[in-house]
Amino acid sequence: MGNPRTLFDKIWDSHLIETQDDGTSLIFIDRHMVHEVTSPQAFEGLRLAGRKVRHPELTLAVADHNIPTSDRSNGIVITNEESRIQVEALEKNTKDFGVPYFAMDDIRQGVVHIVGPEQGFTLPGATIVCGDSHTATHGAFGSLAFGIGTSEVEHVLATQTLLQKKSKNMEVRVEGALPPGVTAKDLILAIIGKIGTAGGTGCVIEFTGQAIMDLSMEGRMTVCNMAIEGGARGGLIAVDEKTINYVKGRPMSPKGAAWEAAIEYWKTLKSDEGAVYDETVIIKAEDLVPYVTWGTSPEDALPITAKVPSPAEARDAGKASAIERALKYMGLEAGTPLNEIEVDHVFIGSCTNGRIEDLRAAAAVAKGRKVADGMKAMVVPGSGLVKEIAEEEGLDQIFIEAGFDWREAGCSMCLAMNDDRLAPGERCASTSNRNFEGRQGRDSRTHLVSPEMAAAAAITGKLTDVRDLLKEGN
Amino acid sequence: MEKFTTLTGIAAPMPLINIDTDMIIPKLFLKTIKRSGLGVHLFDEMRYNQDGSEKPDFVLNKEPYRNAKIIIAGDNFGCGSSREHAPWAIADFGIRCVISTSFADIFHNNCFKNGILPIRLPKEDIDKLMDDASRGANATITIDLENQEIKGPDGGTIKFDVDPFRKHCLIEGLDDVGLTLQREEQIKNFEEQRAASMPWLVR
Ligand code: SF4
Repeated sequence: MGNPRTLFDKIWDSHLIETQDDGTSLIFIDRHMVHEVTSPQAFEGLRLAGRKVRHPELTLAVADHNIPTSDRSNGIVITNEESRIQVEALEKNTKDFGVPYFAMDDIRQGVVHIVGPEQGFTLPGATIVCGDSHTATHGAFGSLAFGIGTSEVEHVLATQTLLQKKSKNMEVRVEGALPPGVTAKDLILAIIGKIGTAGGTGCVIEFTGQAIMDLSMEGRMTVCNMAIEGGARGGLIAVDEKTINYVKGRPMSPKGAAWEAAIEYWKTLKSDEGAVYDETVIIKAEDLVPYVTWGTSPEDALPITAKVPSPAEARDAGKASAIERALKYMGLEAGTPLNEIEVDHVFIGSCTNGRIEDLRAAAAVAKGRKVADGMKAMVVPGSGLVKEIAEEEGLDQIFIEAGFDWREAGCSMCLAMNDDRLAPGERCASTSNRNFEGRQGRDSRTHLVSPEMAAAAAITGKLTDVRDLLKEGN
Repeated sequence: MEKFTTLTGIAAPMPLINIDTDMIIPKLFLKTIKRSGLGVHLFDEMRYNQDGSEKPDFVLNKEPYRNAKIIIAGDNFGCGSSREHAPWAIADFGIRCVISTSFADIFHNNCFKNGILPIRLPKEDIDKLMDDASRGANATITIDLENQEIKGPDGGTIKFDVDPFRKHCLIEGLDDVGLTLQREEQIKNFEEQRAASMPWLVR
């Protein structure tokens, strides 16, 4: 059997075409997702060189970043001309090169990282890439998934391979069980708060331990999604029954004999006993509470029970000046309790927390309550199918009655490339993954939270420990 | 791709840590379907006021840094999204080399594919270069990729490491897709073997 291998080693080995002396390797890519923002220049490159897409059938395209999330019952109009051109370019490119494409009015349209798993395009043990850093999401299925740049998109389109050096392999082991009211999002924010935004640089992180395996597939996707915010190229979680049950019967997942063969293999997709990681970080799940970010980097994550930090507490001069800059940008005073920070917007959605389970969790908090005066709260399902299920379950009505805006699928205010954006100085509790300066609109202020925490903030008008709100009852 | 052999130019100091891709090129400018023309928007929100006027304090708005060819940056430069618009904007501005203690992986990779050399150095060397860079017009430094050396304004040299394959591609201006297409036979063999051993991955 040879040496014990990690899950990452196994997937890597099974996709290796060849390795040069210096370690640069050519690996095969099983699945390639394409969206409108990072692909036009790649298709342009192919055209200029007279090249074809090697495996259109292993490629799936969908527009998500730019598209409006307003009512689509009378058709979809993209008012911003550049956005429209970009989406039209994707339509044309996918047509010219024969790549499968979910059009804007297709119910299967949505954020790429929600669509892939939903369709069974994402499979365990596969290599999956997309010109988008949050491709890490798909690692929840025990697949090696990572974001690539546009030149690499072109490389994959032309060759179905990538030139890579094997990353290091880090283990983040989450021992014990998460306390009630503490979610996958809180967990990953806590992990990033601990390792920092560069903690995983050069690594693929495998998340292990009871608290991880206890998570639903949705929760695992939330964790892997944000591996990139910890600097890692990808996140990985071993395959178990939940993984296989999730994949089963999806439109693009294998059927019949191929399915039987696949699950035999998928069951081997976990790290061997005694396999060695380059580094291991251990987190105790029992100690965790709901987390929020206060600053402009995902590593600025703290328990909701904490206070806004001061530059004096920083570990070094570089971090001190970053804290100072973040406080100024965020309009916050050091020492303010986090649960006293008032917000005027709430965004529930994105590839981090735009799946059905996330909407259910937020709706459970919103149910029978009303959003605070002056609050603008929006819910953007991750895909047309998520929206459909939510409506079947009546979640849309719960949100609407509570005063939330119920919208169509897309990336929306996660990065504010469409019309959903904050005005300067506005402050948002957001279930997305990035709180960078200007992320949700120029000079906008973002606090990253779980769907439950976002719903609670919408109700109270400030960052709130959802556990307190639920304790109070209605 | 433009070849990279030696580069002599002004180095701009940007000591801020975690300069992310949203700072390098805000998403507003991701709507282009071309690679060129992004240089005027490099560091847009740090560089311009809302009304479009320049922020006089920002380093690239000051002489001589308007003509910088090199950036000396704080830790973890280029974190955030996979957008290749970040290196496109940097290159379009005229910067061909970024030096820091650390880079985010995707950004680091994207640099090489666009003729930009990212150099990682220990903290002491960065501090020294940051200091050199803040001396303005006297901040000209030379990057010699062949010999893997940085020559400072005072004549001192700093050695740096670079991946040999990446170095070769930069010096020769080689494009990855062309190189990989020469491996057609190996790729074909792999595809056949994959279809036999993991048939469920074939669509
Ligand atoms: S939802 Fe946000 S993070 Fe996810 S793909 Fe869209 S823009 Fe990127």
